[in-house]
Amino acid sequence: MKADTFGALQTARRSKTPVALVIGIDGDGSEALVYADRVDSSLPEAVIAEARTRLRDDKTGVMEIGGTHWFIDCHNAPLRVIVVGAVHITQTLAPMAAIAGYEVIVVDPRASFATPERFPNVHLLDEWPDDAMVELAPDARTAVITLTHDPKLDDPALEVALNSEAFYIACLGSRRTHARRLDRLRALGFDEATLNRIHGPAGLPIGAVSPAEIAIAIMAELTSVLHEAGPLAVAA
Amino acid sequence: MTDNMSIDASAFASRDDVLGTAEAWLQEGRKVALATVVKTWGSSPRPVGSRLVVDADGAMVGSVSGGCIEGAVIKEAFEVMDGAAAHLLDFGVSDEQAWDVGLACGGQVQVWVERLEG
Repeated sequence: MKADTFGALQTARRSKTPVALVIGIDGDGSEALVYADRVDSSLPEAVIAEARTRLRDDKTGVMEIGGTHWFIDCHNAPLRVIVVGAVHITQTLAPMAAIAGYEVIVVDPRASFATPERFPNVHLLDEWPDDAMVELAPDARTAVITLTHDPKLDDPALEVALNSEAFYIACLGSRRTHARRLDRLRALGFDEATLNRIHGPAGLPIGAVSPAEIAIAIMAELTSVLHEAGPLAVAA
Repeated sequence: MTDNMSIDASAFASRDDVLGTAEAWLQEGRKVALATVVKTWGSSPRPVGSRLVVDADGAMVGSVSGGCIEGAVIKEAFEVMDGAAAHLLDFGVSDEQAWDVGLACGGQVQVWVERLEG
């Protein structure tokens, strides 16, 4: 790869600008970067169009166009996990999500919870969840997990999440707590189809007890939803 | 486990940034080759887009398989660092009788190997 191409690729990745690296793999590798609004060197129109479609769908892979094979390598901003509540579970959930490659943002207006000592090198927002969520603007590449149990904090975040395309929405809380939560959201006008997007209680049923185990259950469920894995065949 | 654990997320976040490693190595003046999984068939351990970065001393970060083909890929990486053109490698199912390099899992992968110019 040429130094210029690699430099531009890294610049795009750092600024979270979506870009597709396109390599002609039949020869010795002609290469180009395709952005949403421009291309850095000449490519057939059909290849540019395909690269943009794949970039939107985040589908890296090889395409044969006009008898030539092109490797289209999509670089989108990392998937995000927004956690509402800088609670004990979050202390393991945040690093687990980071290991799995997610950008993690923890929202909690309570200063004694969201401290750098409890969350070293985690992006902390000490704002009210409704303000923070509007600012963070969850999209189809975002997961939203509420862990506070406190309707004052969880509900406003859920309202924004349910009005977004967030791919995974989950709430901690017992079935009773969750039923009451759904009643409150119903009262706000959300219909059943929308409320069914919420995974509550959060996480796959693996008998999780400790905060770390609950974090594992949540990460497992999030992963399964991300990859559209079918319902788990759990032995009775 | 203590109740006061605080885990430094950044210690993990950077570990998977193969291209970031490649960039850092280039800045140190090292020769760098990049291997990228471009196509897979059947069961294969690493998805399309997975990368391995190698320097002239054989230091490596990332992966293109579960370890089955890394040896062969590194050999090709040395060649592109020595001036060979970028090229495509095909790996099929391993044949235990023939001691072929391949994938014990029964999958097939194509890997693009290139020098990263500094």
